[in-house]
Amino acid sequence: MSKEGQIIKIAGPLVVARGIPRARMFDVVRVGKERLIGEILEIRGDNASIQVYEETGGLKPREPVESTYQPLSVELAPGILGNIYDGIQRPLDLIKAMKGDFISRGIELPAIDHEKEWNFKPRVKEGKEVVAGDVLGVVQETEIVEHRILVPFGIKGKIKKIREGKVKVEDTITVIRTREGKEKEVSMLQRWPVRKMRPYKKQLNPEEPLITGQRVIDTFFPIAKGGTACIPGPFGSGKTVVQHQLSKWVDADIIVFTACGERGNEVADVLREFPKLKDPKTGKSLMQRTILIANTSNMPVAAREASIYTGITLAEYYRDMGYNVALMADSTSRWAEALREMSGRLEEMPGEEGYPAYLPSRLAEFYERAGKIICLGRDERKASLSTIGAVSPPGGDLSEPVVQATLRVVRVFWALVAELAYQRHFPAIHWLRSYSLYLDDLKGYFAREVAADWMDLRRRAMALLQKEDELRETVRLVGLDALSNQDRIAMETARSLREDFLQQFAFHPIDTYTSIKKQYLMLKVVLNYYDECLTALKKGVVLKDLTSLPVREDIAKVKYIPDKEVEREMEKINQKLKAEVSELITKTGGTV
Amino acid sequence: MRIKEYTTVKELTGPLMLVDKVSDVSYEELVEIELSNGERRRGRVLEVTSEAALVQLFERATELGVKGAQIKFLGKGIQLGVSEDILGRVFDGWGRPRDDAPPIIPEERLDIGGRPMNPEARAYPIEFIQTGISAIDGLNTLSRGQKLPIFSGAGLPHIQVAAQIARQARVLAKEEEFGVVFAAMGITFEEANFFVTDFERSGAIEKTTLFLNLADDPVIERISTPRMALTCAEYLAFKKGMHILVILIDMTNYAEALRELSAARREVPGRRGYPGYLYTDLASIYERAGRIKEKEGSITLIPILTMPDDDKTHPIPDLTGYITEGQIILQRNLHQKGIYPPINVLPSLSRLMDEGVGEGKTREDHRELSNQLYAAYAQGMEIRELALVMGEATLSEMDKKYLQFADEFEQEFVSQGENEDRKVEETLDLGWKLLKMIPTPELKRVRDEFIEKYGHRDSKEE
Repeated sequence: MSKEGQIIKIAGPLVVARGIPRARMFDVVRVGKERLIGEILEIRGDNASIQVYEETGGLKPREPVESTYQPLSVELAPGILGNIYDGIQRPLDLIKAMKGDFISRGIELPAIDHEKEWNFKPRVKEGKEVVAGDVLGVVQETEIVEHRILVPFGIKGKIKKIREGKVKVEDTITVIRTREGKEKEVSMLQRWPVRKMRPYKKQLNPEEPLITGQRVIDTFFPIAKGGTACIPGPFGSGKTVVQHQLSKWVDADIIVFTACGERGNEVADVLREFPKLKDPKTGKSLMQRTILIANTSNMPVAAREASIYTGITLAEYYRDMGYNVALMADSTSRWAEALREMSGRLEEMPGEEGYPAYLPSRLAEFYERAGKIICLGRDERKASLSTIGAVSPPGGDLSEPVVQATLRVVRVFWALVAELAYQRHFPAIHWLRSYSLYLDDLKGYFAREVAADWMDLRRRAMALLQKEDELRETVRLVGLDALSNQDRIAMETARSLREDFLQQFAFHPIDTYTSIKKQYLMLKVVLNYYDECLTALKKGVVLKDLTSLPVREDIAKVKYIPDKEVEREMEKINQKLKAEVSELITKTGGTV
Repeated sequence: MRIKEYTTVKELTGPLMLVDKVSDVSYEELVEIELSNGERRRGRVLEVTSEAALVQLFERATELGVKGAQIKFLGKGIQLGVSEDILGRVFDGWGRPRDDAPPIIPEERLDIGGRPMNPEARAYPIEFIQTGISAIDGLNTLSRGQKLPIFSGAGLPHIQVAAQIARQARVLAKEEEFGVVFAAMGITFEEANFFVTDFERSGAIEKTTLFLNLADDPVIERISTPRMALTCAEYLAFKKGMHILVILIDMTNYAEALRELSAARREVPGRRGYPGYLYTDLASIYERAGRIKEKEGSITLIPILTMPDDDKTHPIPDLTGYITEGQIILQRNLHQKGIYPPINVLPSLSRLMDEGVGEGKTREDHRELSNQLYAAYAQGMEIRELALVMGEATLSEMDKKYLQFADEFEQEFVSQGENEDRKVEETLDLGWKLLKMIPTPELKRVRDEFIEKYGHRDSKEE
């Protein structure tokens, strides 16, 4: 029997090969003379169907196919952070250095630098008993991230030897003697198949929010650390800006940004912007905590399918060290389309709109890899992986299969709406159509860390926005004059909520991020305005004077006040509000 | 390359031909078919197995039978021969000269499929291109290296708009090598001729390369036409350091050709019968626009498509919008009002605007002014709708001001002559002039200092 199989058919990214010895499902194979990377998707007798991660133009029947007998895996070791990879973890900067400005085929490159020396500091002593997940030692991977080297899965025993100081990722750092008396050599480099979830000890209920600095999200539709969210929106509704804002500002330790089948220029934008941005906590470049996976729309479609898994496996790896990790996937629709394309070429029976019937279960599997957990190991480290997926529904139609399947598994829904974008209301997340199922889990945190009346304010604000929607209907039918003065004030307050609170300008240096404390104060001042007005109305003040209070301009500009000054300034605004309303009341002859 | 010849045609269905008993044929290889009368036609390998090759024909299958034809596999993919002489020439959709001049002597032959640009090598487009059209320059700017499509409808003047952009586009304060590559897919002779005449009139024809696949040319050839054009553009931009504007018209015809091919192959259809890979396929065209770090040239791409039934959610505009960096939308009711260019600025968008405008690029007030104009026009439009239902009598004084603003914004700002080339400063000043209709406290999107500096408001008007 020969060592290799032979191509017998080529149709786009799908290649059929005959006679690969000991072919197994999902093993990675090398296809053709150029050794293109592919993965076995189907085996029928002696024939294996292979999805090829690179362009197949020029391939011929009878070219060789060789199996690596490994599933599609990623390399895990220090040196991942700050990198930009394609969908199967090949570093794009090295590809550029090797092949120039355009990507060619058959490139074999290690994902991380195997020659670089790291300063390894052991955290366990010789003779200590360790189990899988225990921290063996650390290296400072970037200025802001300490990379923890863990005992690999399936190993348990006593440390026989451990090194210290300069090591390369493939060097043995420790020898562990197992109970059976075997000696296992462990290096910093591990491999993990991307389609397999990395294990943990226990899953916990999420109870802490992932703070994003985006007011409509944190205050109205928060996501928990370890939670899942989706952002569906038609094109032009600002999906990408929201995703970028989140990757810049979320309070996670590690960010994995997967650009899956999206625009090349957007990736260029991230690459240009992120190194310039500073991590608010440490003042160092954000790139130092970021991993980018970029498989743009014109890069091979099969690698796009893999890119989501590559991203989440890297995210899980850092989660296992005890970090809070956030994964952004933009866009899962392009991933689903890649799935559809491969399914079509395999001639599988199509489900809805040509998508394969297993689309919902694949999506569920993906989102279920998020969560707040206790890591393996004896120290019971807590960690989380939060997943935020963008969806690009055709024509903005939310009834299409990808959105529907996603909504069944995620717990936060940020509804981007084109009409809001046309009105230049950004972020164009609709306050009445979005939801978060984490509110109950998180209310304890907000009451404890921000203010006891947080949930109450939020509820009142939502009620006003809801009311505005109903009142608008009335206005449309019978005109503004038909409303009572109380309702007119409710409308005005809701407008203020929309314009002064919900709208947030991503490109303004201060408005781009709002601390949770400031969000609270901002919400409070708007509702104070409402309360004061209602009191004043009762005392006979005319509506027009209340809607044209000079203090309203101050309220509108709160968003531009830097965090440090906000408490003091807000005090002033609240006093001014009181003073102006009192004056009106006195003028109409009432008592304050 | 060894050329393999066969006469073993087994099946002919639509634009597909199955050739039996072949060997050593590669995927996407170019095929030449010689009929018994000596006529030559072309095709490409779509699928290949150890025994047979499925060939996509680029021309009619008429007179082709299972017997009598010689099938040659040429051992290479579809290529375009390029040299600097390519400028000023007219080709068909397949890259053969359509003018009376002889074929060019190629400096090199390039595969038209192109290779994906490494995202790491991309330079972000930041240079503002002045098109001289206010609705674009003021509110939806075009940048060098951007892909900005025009969504139009049947009977709307997208051709005039595209020709005007091609004529007037310039980068401020720069004199550089500049060229146009124009690809026509399935448009009529008159439409194509409009461009040619226009380019001749402005003298741009010498810096223009045209690839014309007209309405009566082979449909399947349309699949190669945009790729020919972009291959030519890549050569001029990244090998010769030129700044190239590529116009592709009409992408709807292109997508229909793709659908025809997909149906002939009996593939599982996605939305409205278009193949599931329409997004990926369109991306392989649109994503070829861009700039490369440390390189001179650029490709700016303006695809034009007609939305079937003016429907923006139709798969072709929809998927295009997801790939391109914004869109310029032409609207029928503006056209009917006699407004040229009939650009509806509200659903139009340029994603790269934030980087292209501002101090040192256009003017410091540009971003905020454009936001303010948008907001005021959007409000005016909302009131216009309200007035339709309730009658103008119910409108407040403020409402009336917004309504008037919306009208004049369309008449003066959006509307302009086909040959009117407005400087960006003129566009911005015009915007400020119109904003005088709106009282100052309403102007929430612009800074007070800008209102003072550019607003030219006298206190009487307040």
